[in-house]
Amino acid sequence: MLAGMQLLLWKAQHSLAVDPRVKPEDDAGGRGRCPAGQRGVSGEFIKTGIALLLLAISLLIMPVTASHAADDIRAMVNALGEGNFSENRKQIEELAKTGDLKLVPMLEAMSKGDLYQRKTDKQVFIAKPAGSSFKLIDPLTGAGAGEEAQGGLEKIKVNNSLRRAVRDAVGGLTLMSPDDAVRLQAARTILASPSEDSLELVDKALATEKSAAVKPVLEQARAASLLLSSRPVEQKKEAVATIRAIGGQESLGLLSSVLGNADASLKPDIEAAIASIEQDRQLWGVAQNVWYGLSLGSVLLLAAIGLAITFGVMGIINMAHGEMVMLGAYTTFVVQEIIRSSFPALFDWSLAIALPLAFLVTGVVGLAIERGVIRFLYGRPLETLLATWGVSLILQQAVRTIFGPTNREVGNPAWMSGAFELGGLTITWNRLWIVFFALAVFAALLFLLKKTPLGLQMRAVTQNRRMAASMGIRTPWVDALTFALGSGIAGIAGVALSQIDNVSPNLGQGYIIDSFMVVVFGGVGNLWGTLVGAFTLGILNKFLEPYAGAVLGKILVLVLIILFIQKRPRGLFALKGRAVEA
Amino acid sequence: MITSFLIKSFDRTVIVAVAILLALAALIPALNLLTGPDHPLHVPTYLVSLFGKYLTYALLALALDLVWGFCGILSLGHAAFFALGGYAMGMYLMRQIGARGSYGNPVLPDFMVFLNWKELPWFWHGFDMFWFAALMVVLVPGLLAFVFGWFAFRSRVNGVYLSIITQAMTYALLLAFFRNDMGFGGNNGLTDFKDILGFNIQADGTRAALFAASALALAAALVLTSGIVRSKYGKILAGVRDAESRTRFLGYRVEHFKLFAFTVSAMMAGIAGALYVPQVGIINPGEFEPGNSIEVVIWTAVGGRGTLIGPILGAILVNGGKSIFTAAFPEFWLFALGGLFVAVTLFLPKGIAGTAQAMLARRKEYRKAADTDAAREGATAPNPVAAE
Amino acid sequence: MSEKPKSLLYLDGVSVSFDGFKALNSLSFMVEPGELRAIIGPNGAGKTTMMDIITGKTRPDEGQVFFKGDIDLTKKDEAEIARLGIGRKFQKPTVFESHTVWDNLELALNRKRGVFATLFYTLTAQDKARIEEILSTVRLAGRKDDLAANLSHGQKQWLEIGMLLAQEPELLLVDEPVAGMTDAETAETADLLKEIAKTRSVVVVEHDMGFIRELGVKVTCLAEGSVLAEGSIDFVSSDTKVIENYLGR
Repeated sequence: MLAGMQLLLWKAQHSLAVDPRVKPEDDAGGRGRCPAGQRGVSGEFIKTGIALLLLAISLLIMPVTASHAADDIRAMVNALGEGNFSENRKQIEELAKTGDLKLVPMLEAMSKGDLYQRKTDKQVFIAKPAGSSFKLIDPLTGAGAGEEAQGGLEKIKVNNSLRRAVRDAVGGLTLMSPDDAVRLQAARTILASPSEDSLELVDKALATEKSAAVKPVLEQARAASLLLSSRPVEQKKEAVATIRAIGGQESLGLLSSVLGNADASLKPDIEAAIASIEQDRQLWGVAQNVWYGLSLGSVLLLAAIGLAITFGVMGIINMAHGEMVMLGAYTTFVVQEIIRSSFPALFDWSLAIALPLAFLVTGVVGLAIERGVIRFLYGRPLETLLATWGVSLILQQAVRTIFGPTNREVGNPAWMSGAFELGGLTITWNRLWIVFFALAVFAALLFLLKKTPLGLQMRAVTQNRRMAASMGIRTPWVDALTFALGSGIAGIAGVALSQIDNVSPNLGQGYIIDSFMVVVFGGVGNLWGTLVGAFTLGILNKFLEPYAGAVLGKILVLVLIILFIQKRPRGLFALKGRAVEA
Repeated sequence: MITSFLIKSFDRTVIVAVAILLALAALIPALNLLTGPDHPLHVPTYLVSLFGKYLTYALLALALDLVWGFCGILSLGHAAFFALGGYAMGMYLMRQIGARGSYGNPVLPDFMVFLNWKELPWFWHGFDMFWFAALMVVLVPGLLAFVFGWFAFRSRVNGVYLSIITQAMTYALLLAFFRNDMGFGGNNGLTDFKDILGFNIQADGTRAALFAASALALAAALVLTSGIVRSKYGKILAGVRDAESRTRFLGYRVEHFKLFAFTVSAMMAGIAGALYVPQVGIINPGEFEPGNSIEVVIWTAVGGRGTLIGPILGAILVNGGKSIFTAAFPEFWLFALGGLFVAVTLFLPKGIAGTAQAMLARRKEYRKAADTDAAREGATAPNPVAAE
Repeated sequence: MSEKPKSLLYLDGVSVSFDGFKALNSLSFMVEPGELRAIIGPNGAGKTTMMDIITGKTRPDEGQVFFKGDIDLTKKDEAEIARLGIGRKFQKPTVFESHTVWDNLELALNRKRGVFATLFYTLTAQDKARIEEILSTVRLAGRKDDLAANLSHGQKQWLEIGMLLAQEPELLLVDEPVAGMTDAETAETADLLKEIAKTRSVVVVEHDMGFIRELGVKVTCLAEGSVLAEGSIDFVSSDTKVIENYLGR
């Protein structure tokens, strides 16, 4: 439960802080799919805004306030419907003393005039007009409480002094809360929507604030509010500097909005701050492109790394490589289906369970392909290409027959959902994990090839088959195992790619050409070349995209690779010398 | 010079094949046009178009065979040349629609009006004239092949590397032609053709004529290919395929030889595409799909690469099979095609024609061996088993 | 530099390395017109790499390679060098296996080698006579209509030599021509090469010391990418460095 609340809070934080120019999908690769966990999060939150956020806070600290019986508070809230303005003020002060954050949405609603008393039973509700009648919301739980005609409700009136009391109460509840996290949230809330009214409250909170985490945010909130206030220019200049230091889209918006009405002596300061924030944002834009590029690069690396073994090390053109990736993704789908229906608690572990299974499934399929087809075709690369293409058609059609031709839903576990901010960057967790995962797979493979007996045998066989055979290595088995390894790795790549791409029978086809490009570009037979190739192509693609568009960017990259191969037919890190001719 | 080239191109197989094609060019249209629908020998128009389509596929396969079978260049992008030729023809057919389109614009094709374009893009000019379009049908694929090949062969991109970059080429074209602002109708391609050279494209007579044209084009291509591969040039081409470095060290510029074959082949593919489009009535970016190019390879492989008749046979057999198969068990066609790929590479690497040829040659060898066995005893020729 | 104009082939200070391995280390080497020269050396001495450099297959990292005095071979590719008159026989016999013996020789003939020239080429009586002459020189007249693939190993070696003759080179590079041959064939090959060397220069790389003795020519011993010793076979085979590096004690 606590984890769930934290997640909600966490999402709220980030979606509020999310720069609206960033679309929810950072989607590298142009395969246009919004990561499942992130779907619609930001839009929804920004709309409902602060109220919901505060609700989240209140949920978070519920254990603290458990001492207050919910019934008592409900009674106090209902009492609001009875008193006059001055009684109401006292009642609000009383409520504030409970320190119960559940009250915050109610108070907010009250100051907006959305609080009503139901005439029949004198219960107080938050009410929103819905057509001709009103929709009732329980003021404490936020749950719906049915509808009521306008005539059945009496509005709880507020005046300015009452509004101030409400604001102070909210501020007191949150900014003065003993919990650091709550205060931090409150400060962020004010920062997100600064107003002159909050200034006093913030000043008061700053006087007592000790936490190093909260204080700077409070100061920023103060600066933002101050700019909108009628305080002296000197103070405002400081405020501009503080806001400049925060940077980002909101600061830019704030500064631009005050620029028009600002004092002449303040204008140059604001303009300079705007320019400098703009510059920052451009730098962050470049950084964001690099990140997208790395993200795309990691996808390419995952897709290509198995190929780097089968094509790069063994020289087999495996056109069914993409289908291995696809099988890995479908393994994930099957694992998740079983978990969903039988062991829902294990869902967060679904990927960890799918990984070895996908490796096994695709490894076995790879073994079957090698033993059944490829071993008869060694030394005839073009025939291998054709036969494996045939295999790929069969695998695709088999999956289509079993699972249907449409996309299947593969969910993101909680730890792969959502996004977080890093400076001016928005980083989605699934992309970040995939970058780590790709690197981990790469490292593991490198280790396997360089440090284990199997790796040694593989390298021996690929370098000199006859010599290896006469040293007692069973070359056919090494061939089969190497191919199975390459296929297995494609399978675990499929597990990762199922998190960001549509799981359909055509999944693999989208990757096969890219994968070959990466391996050929990086240099055949060189794992490091594949790494560098994948990230180079990924970043190149993402830097071309803003100028050329996604499709044209991809075309340009293809053309560049074709030209590059003319220049260096053996790729970036080519083997040289007579060994190549063999 | 030319006559000696032509004389060499006619051997018995080619003569028979050309005769069959010429007969078909006359017979099928006649059976379609001169017999009533109730006549037992009547060939319905849809079949005429279907057979015509097979013949254009056969031409495409023959084009691929020239580079793959006879020169060892496995192009996985030949469908791109086919599609480019098709688009050139499609552009002509689009211009012929004139004001009869849904928007009634006399110059702009419908999709341009739809995209709110005000004038014809520069590369659409001239396509209202048939001779210009016909020229482009060979020039555009030829030029692309020339430029691409010039780069690739000069820097000695070989074998699978070449296959992979030809695949990248057609993939890049696929992406490009999907874009609306390329000016080729984007996703939908070019369609709704009305007439060709003034004849209604739907009419039986036009269909029959297109079939005859396909058969004639295939026959001409067969003679040309035969002439090429039987000339000294063709022998060098095979030399490049079997021992490229030996050819080089004999002083031949391998890249020029490859480039010529590749360009001629691309032009043939372009013609095939141009004949294909009016018979099927549409050309869209799907034709650039890398899978299509690979399918052409399998037609050629089934029939027998490195033979002249093989690719024609393979294209007709595989596509005929596909038509029958997809009608009977649509889900299993890909299994069948996939299985065909595997089976042919494993069990029939020379294809149908190649295997037949090898069997004939072996029989001849036996007979000869029997004849000369006695004569060879005690001859001065070095002992053939001396090595080891 | 003063010697340059006289020699047919002139290599000076040629070095090339592959991934840090120095295949040739400042190699200097000369061949006079009409000379028959044998090259020996252990595996990895750079014999084949030297041939690769002369024929344009590999570019040297540094050094000069001149043909007929002033033609810089480092600037040319294989086809150009072949047309200049340098023929090469590979270690492994390389002939066009899917062509007949006759076609192999026809393709090798020193005629116009352009695309269109070959497309419209017709066999002239003169060319026919020349091919028949070569067929008898390499003792393959009886098999002219057989596919090269069906020849024995030794016959393929000869066919390849025949193709080189058809090319009419001024310099012939022959890599291990008698590998895998019987003693009788080896002797015949030695005669054949001596015959050929009457009209042109020949450089032979060989391991077979008996064969080299049979040739009876100047011998160059390579080791680790440079010249170890040069002179008559007796002189070279008594050289202590050569014995240590190659012949063994």
